[in-house]
Amino acid sequence: MIKKFVVGSFEDEKVLFPAVKNVRRAGYKIHEVYTPFPIHGLDKALGLRDTSIHTMGFIYGLLGTTTAIGGMGWIFAWDWPLNIGGKPHFPLPAFIPITFELTVLFAGVGMTWTFCWLCKMMPGVKKHHFNLRSTDDLMTMVIECTENSNAAEIENFLKENGAIEINTQIAEEGWWFGRYDKEQKLYRTEEIEAVD
Amino acid sequence: MSLLKYESQLREPLINGDKNYHQITEDIIGAVEIKPGRAWWIGLSIALALLLFGVYSVYREVAYGIGQWNLNRTVGWGWAITNFVWWIGIGHAGTLISAILLLFGQKWRTGVNRAAEAMTIFAVMCAGMFPIFHVGRVWVAFYLFPYPNSRGPVWPNFNSALLWDVFAVSTYFTISVLFWYTGLLPDVASLRDRAKTKFRKMFYGLCSFGWTGSTKHWQRQESLALVLAGLATPLVLSVHTVVSFDFATSVIPGWHTTIFPPYFVAGAVFSGFAMVQTLLLITRKLLHLEDYVTFGHIEAMNKIILVTGSIVGCAYLSELFISWYSMNAYEWWAYRENRANIFSPYGWAYYGMIFCNVISPQLFWSKKLRRNVTFTFFLAVLVNVGMWFERFVIFVTSIYRDYLPSSWATYYSPTIWEIGFYLGTFGLFFTCYFLFAKFFPVIAAAEIKAILKTSGENYKQTMSGIEEMDTNKFYTEEMEHAH
Repeated sequence: MIKKFVVGSFEDEKVLFPAVKNVRRAGYKIHEVYTPFPIHGLDKALGLRDTSIHTMGFIYGLLGTTTAIGGMGWIFAWDWPLNIGGKPHFPLPAFIPITFELTVLFAGVGMTWTFCWLCKMMPGVKKHHFNLRSTDDLMTMVIECTENSNAAEIENFLKENGAIEINTQIAEEGWWFGRYDKEQKLYRTEEIEAVD
Repeated sequence: MSLLKYESQLREPLINGDKNYHQITEDIIGAVEIKPGRAWWIGLSIALALLLFGVYSVYREVAYGIGQWNLNRTVGWGWAITNFVWWIGIGHAGTLISAILLLFGQKWRTGVNRAAEAMTIFAVMCAGMFPIFHVGRVWVAFYLFPYPNSRGPVWPNFNSALLWDVFAVSTYFTISVLFWYTGLLPDVASLRDRAKTKFRKMFYGLCSFGWTGSTKHWQRQESLALVLAGLATPLVLSVHTVVSFDFATSVIPGWHTTIFPPYFVAGAVFSGFAMVQTLLLITRKLLHLEDYVTFGHIEAMNKIILVTGSIVGCAYLSELFISWYSMNAYEWWAYRENRANIFSPYGWAYYGMIFCNVISPQLFWSKKLRRNVTFTFFLAVLVNVGMWFERFVIFVTSIYRDYLPSSWATYYSPTIWEIGFYLGTFGLFFTCYFLFAKFFPVIAAAEIKAILKTSGENYKQTMSGIEEMDTNKFYTEEMEHAH
């Protein structure tokens, strides 16, 4: 969806944290904060809930364990029972290494897939970048405008809280398939202007 | 916030010089954007030449069969298995650095993890070549995997350590690639956003998966990295354990020992770190990254080399002792006559191994030598040679004399195509590494930025203020902002 955003960038996380607090207290809706590196505690400050990606990892792991034991058991004891030196058809200790490996494999691949899915990431995906320096040295706070908000007022508020490079952008908030060497074209901009 | 940002001044800075976030990007990401120098082209040409020779050697093996190698009736594995285990061992340092050191909260890993993980992936690729081509009919190598087939179906034997190896190595490779690439995404995005040319924008745009650096994504990425580290830690130990099972579960004197799993894992870490040193010492010099891979990093890795080298030394001694103590005539013969006897046909390999792996790393007790770049490089190469000898000693000396003394006359030495295959994997390894260093940042810039304010040299000096602060004042004023 195409929306209007006020963008302010910060140079130092010491300035960013109180700013996040003040912006939230003032009742503005923070769309996102983009940072060049993980800043611990920022997710809590923004009021984001914990990720449950590790729970998914556990589920994928269980799936791997059952696939391995079930698969080997089915093959050895059911589908084609073969006498290998008189050994049992369901030798659990001998199954442990492969069971372990498949548990790790399923958990790892599954979690990475979930991570990409949740973050909407894959080759060919493009998203709007509010400030190109947010992968370099700036922490970019993006505030979403509603029909009641006054962009100039938010810009001033960000300035008071220590932001640099403040501007207002109209942008697509989600993701789409596209190439980074091509300029993006927004359609329906006039509608947004009308709302404004 | 200050509590989290505090680090004792006693700890050496991990980032030297007066840096800020932008400077880190310029130093690390910028190193990828410049045109490669003459050294890079020379290195790549040598690597490609070796790779071509390797491809031809492999072509001979595929076209004419395993007879192109000098394997004989008792030495059925020879160089192929030696090289396989050697490369797999080298491939252990990357995941050790990225996973185990992450769990232990070792900050110095951030300077070396990216290059080490890349090295791991390339080393495992090289390792995989040997069993794949040694099966003889490489076009049916996929028979190794269980899949419903039209031949019965014929399933592989899940009791076999060799099949466990297939699963262990392929899982290890997959997880290493995932770990490496999810960590690489933010830096690729950084490259993309700095890109000036059309090609770079497109290429890094594709490779970055659309990474934006959103807080939620970072939260998920960190959670993913932590759980992957937790999974990869037992994995990295399991891989070489399973490799050692290939031998330990047999009944050959010299192989049939319970000490193999820990002994192989220690040896793997030992040789892995030696290879990381070899590559990083060159890389930091060529890309001018001395501020990020400091003497402190080199010393930390040398300490690991010293510890694991000593573990390996203990393992050699206990093996020797147990072979005598076991009172098993065959076992004792294998050690006394086939290995430790300097006049035996392969005595040179055994003593080469002892010299390179046990004696020379002990020089690292000296702090001065641990922090000496030239010496470290030389010793790292020596350790790699030593670890190759170790595998060669284990595999060949245990089988070149079987139970029938009349067949003892055959002395196994490789043909040029066996050597060529080995050289070819060096070509593959270094070609991959050179291309990686050209197109991707060799240091995890985002992770370096995250530790800048605790471990950067210029920020360290501000720590004294916190250290002199009154404890109560510290808790009331500084803890308040701690998130």
